[in-house]
Amino acid sequence: MNPSASLKLPDGRRRLRLATTSLAGCFGCHMSFLDIDERLLMLIERVDFDRSPFTDFKKIGHCDIGLVEGGLCSVENVQVLREFRAHCRTLVAVGACAINGGLPAQRNHLDLGQILAEVYRERPGLAPGSAVPDDPELPLLLNRVHPIHEVVQVDYFLPGCPPSADAIWSFLNDLMDGRTPHLGHGLIRYD
Amino acid sequence: MSSADAADVFHLDGHDVPFTTGETVLAATSRAGRYIPHLCWHPDFAPHGSCRVCTVRVGARLVPACTLPAATGLVVESDTAELRHLRLRLLQLLFVEGNHFCPSCEKSGDCQLQATAYAVDMTGPHFEEFYPARPVDASHPDILLDLNRCILCSLCVRASREVDGKSVFALGGHGIDTHLLIDSPSGRLVDTDFAPTDRAASICPVGVILPKRRGFAVPIGERRFDQQPISAAEEGDP
Amino acid sequence: MPATSPISRCDPQAVIIRHGSDPHALVQILRELQAELGWLPREALTRVATALGLTLAEVEGVAGFYRFLHLRPVGRYRVLFSDNITDRMLGSEALLQALCRQLGVVPGAIVGDDPLVSVDRCSCTGLCDQGPALLVNHHQVVTRLDATRVAQMAELIRTRVPVPAWPAEWSLVEDRIERADVLLASPPAQGAALAAAIARGPQGLLVEIERSGLRGRGGAGFGTGRKWALCRKAAGTGRVVVCNADEGEPGTFKDRVLLSRHADAVFEGMTLAAFAIGARTGFVYLRGEYRFLLEQLEAVLQQRRAAGLLGSSICGVAGFDFDIVIHLGAGAYVCGEESSLLESLEGKRGNPRVRPPYPTESGYLGQPTIVNNVETFCAVTAITLRGAAWWAAIGTAQSSGTRIHSVSGDCARPGLYEYPFGTSIRRILEDCGAADTQAVQVGGPSGVCVAVNEFDRSIAFEDVPSAGAFMVFDRQRDMFEVARSFTHFFAHESCGFCTPCRVGTALLVRRMDKLAAGHGSPHDLDALFEIDRLLRGSSHCGLGATAGNPLRETFNRFRPAYERRLRSLHLIPGFDLDAEVSIARQVTGRDDPAAHLEQQG
Repeated sequence: MNPSASLKLPDGRRRLRLATTSLAGCFGCHMSFLDIDERLLMLIERVDFDRSPFTDFKKIGHCDIGLVEGGLCSVENVQVLREFRAHCRTLVAVGACAINGGLPAQRNHLDLGQILAEVYRERPGLAPGSAVPDDPELPLLLNRVHPIHEVVQVDYFLPGCPPSADAIWSFLNDLMDGRTPHLGHGLIRYD
Repeated sequence: MSSADAADVFHLDGHDVPFTTGETVLAATSRAGRYIPHLCWHPDFAPHGSCRVCTVRVGARLVPACTLPAATGLVVESDTAELRHLRLRLLQLLFVEGNHFCPSCEKSGDCQLQATAYAVDMTGPHFEEFYPARPVDASHPDILLDLNRCILCSLCVRASREVDGKSVFALGGHGIDTHLLIDSPSGRLVDTDFAPTDRAASICPVGVILPKRRGFAVPIGERRFDQQPISAAEEGDP
Repeated sequence: MPATSPISRCDPQAVIIRHGSDPHALVQILRELQAELGWLPREALTRVATALGLTLAEVEGVAGFYRFLHLRPVGRYRVLFSDNITDRMLGSEALLQALCRQLGVVPGAIVGDDPLVSVDRCSCTGLCDQGPALLVNHHQVVTRLDATRVAQMAELIRTRVPVPAWPAEWSLVEDRIERADVLLASPPAQGAALAAAIARGPQGLLVEIERSGLRGRGGAGFGTGRKWALCRKAAGTGRVVVCNADEGEPGTFKDRVLLSRHADAVFEGMTLAAFAIGARTGFVYLRGEYRFLLEQLEAVLQQRRAAGLLGSSICGVAGFDFDIVIHLGAGAYVCGEESSLLESLEGKRGNPRVRPPYPTESGYLGQPTIVNNVETFCAVTAITLRGAAWWAAIGTAQSSGTRIHSVSGDCARPGLYEYPFGTSIRRILEDCGAADTQAVQVGGPSGVCVAVNEFDRSIAFEDVPSAGAFMVFDRQRDMFEVARSFTHFFAHESCGFCTPCRVGTALLVRRMDKLAAGHGSPHDLDALFEIDRLLRGSSHCGLGATAGNPLRETFNRFRPAYERRLRSLHLIPGFDLDAEVSIARQVTGRDDPAAHLEQQG
């Protein structure tokens, strides 16, 4: 583990460590993150990426900021979220799905048992004897999808589907500079 | 405004707001081009006083501006940290009570609930989601009714009754189970005389009553409240 | 729909005509139709709507508002257990479960189109001094429930014995008057106060009531004389007198006894008010739970008409015309709020009105209206007879006269206790035989919780005000559970009109239940108090504004009862996380460690 505290910026400030993950999301928020384009170069002068699809680190270390895309639809989502909460000083719910369940939560008025039965057993065209997969490697689904703030304490919400690159950039700059993030009109969007 | 009327002003956050006899604080404020956040109030209809988003402070009292009679010299506080926070929480209550999935809603960008939430810097729901099971009524040939988004402002009830003379809608149930009713034997919109030209068809501040076969005519990002914040937008229907 | 439409069992037209096809009688019409049909089929609503010139949705909206009106079939025996905390303390929950077990039903569940029986809970039925109590078919009460009664009841239901044929002693409602003072001891002779008023004249009567210092007994304590004077002065024709007998504040039952024993004094007080303000129309808004009092009240009214004390030219005074109609509520606590009550009287959903205008300016159908409590009218009768000075000499300077307390809970002698204002809580506790008391809830869930160190405080508007309830809790009781019960009550009774109350009371319930389930953290306490502030700051009426009182009142005095329910400093989910994997486990047949989740991370 690389203790980030030892790494200083030229102006004496500490480099920050940032982790990101996508739970029950579509990676759209991560794509939007990448849309900050050349500003990524400015970002990596100030932060080190820890666990993230951008680094492919498998385990999370102690981080300053954790960005969580997606809501909770499976046991694994809950476990990853808890690891993030345990390792990040500041945890951010990024995007509609992390914030209110988003698209995946639109299954919440349906019975999960019926959904699984329909998909794996009753749909036309399935092989005879098709069953709901029961491999222990597969994370089990939750009865209902939940936003992440219902399971762990969330420090900030960055809304949008996805939040625009400008919103993400503005938000991160506020965080990095020690300001309470404030988006304002045009950047605060739920769609 | 004649000089005789000039004395009839109340004070809103340090500004003088003129009013006429019988006017409420919110009506006069809106006419003066100033903004107090609100959802169930509409300039064309009598105040309802149910959403409470327009709550303002008058001395020791918190009261909704939409039902507060304007009075000479009244000192009204609206744009304060206390009231911005109160409105934020009220909006969060409305969001968690229903199923508000903005990304998949055709009203997004034109929605008063969403725009008002932007105006109070609401970034998340704060409370737990209720995820209620609410119906979508797609029976009508021209209108879609998605009750997942209903905030019970009753503007459609009032518009249909008072303008259209049809009383297509009413409120039913009680408490957290309060819901919109459709006036037909089947309880479905197709069995009413509701028409897309009805006043009630265009008054919904959220995405409950929507015309069918119209989607993304204006792209997301270029819609009414994308262009300017609701505080700067003209009062009236989307 | 059952094969034979239930509507064939009755003729809605007869009920509608009995009420003059008046849309303002909608709640009464629906109540009476349901009494015949058991529930309100859509077909019946349609007929009512057509006959009254209303839309079906409007009628459905009104019917759906009231807890005692049903838009879907309920049991032919509809059993509602009174769910006040005092009923619970007397074991109502175990009795409810026993009845359900014996009848093979689930509380609150309705199975099928025409079930024999359904069992559920309802808000306090006002029988706390003789509970546990229940209500059958929104009409008949059963008091002093015990295991034997419940077993016999199950048998009577199974063998389909009609409710009126059940043992008469089960429905016996005692008027337990444990301490009588001026109101309860000596009801005035019928018509005597009216004669005194006529001698003084309307203005003289008004002055007398104002001078007495009488303040309304419903809870708010507005000056009765002042209210009447405002109404008398108001512009507009027609005046209306309303007696608020919607005694819904849990733990309160004094009005039940007053109506049962002193109906004459109540009606006389209403007639005096009519004389003072010039009203011709009077209503008693009787809570639906007191349906069993209706016949005897109607008989008293009839007797008063025969005696020339109601009707036209009362006591022979030309132009003194006044009569009283009894309107039955249908299970909605919020209708105890005077403007909701007026909406309900007009046949609408009982949403509180926007004020101003106040009822004294624009009340029932826009007419200047006074709404007073049952006890207030009793006091008016006594004051008119014995004079303002006599009344003002009782009690304290700011709280004249007496107050009747409905005492229940942990005490040897529950019942009614009437004391002059200024009586200490300690004195009442001693008199009712309370031992080892840790708290008294004064004035019901919306009132105040008083702990041991405050027992020398006295009941008065200027000290501990009371709407009449006095619920005693000894040291065995868990004050958190008391508050949780009251919180459920408010959520159950929220009318749903305004955002903070509709959603906020539901959230309070979730958080209190979360603490009860052992999933509490300091985050939940923060959330609870935040919601309470929201309710107080932005609710449309007093229900929402006081819905957080039980939480605040008990937390301030019994904080450890909350703290011992906190399991972590970190946020704990409000739902059972492991239960969220139950369906997937069942469908896959998995039960390995990865198929489970810990509640805390």
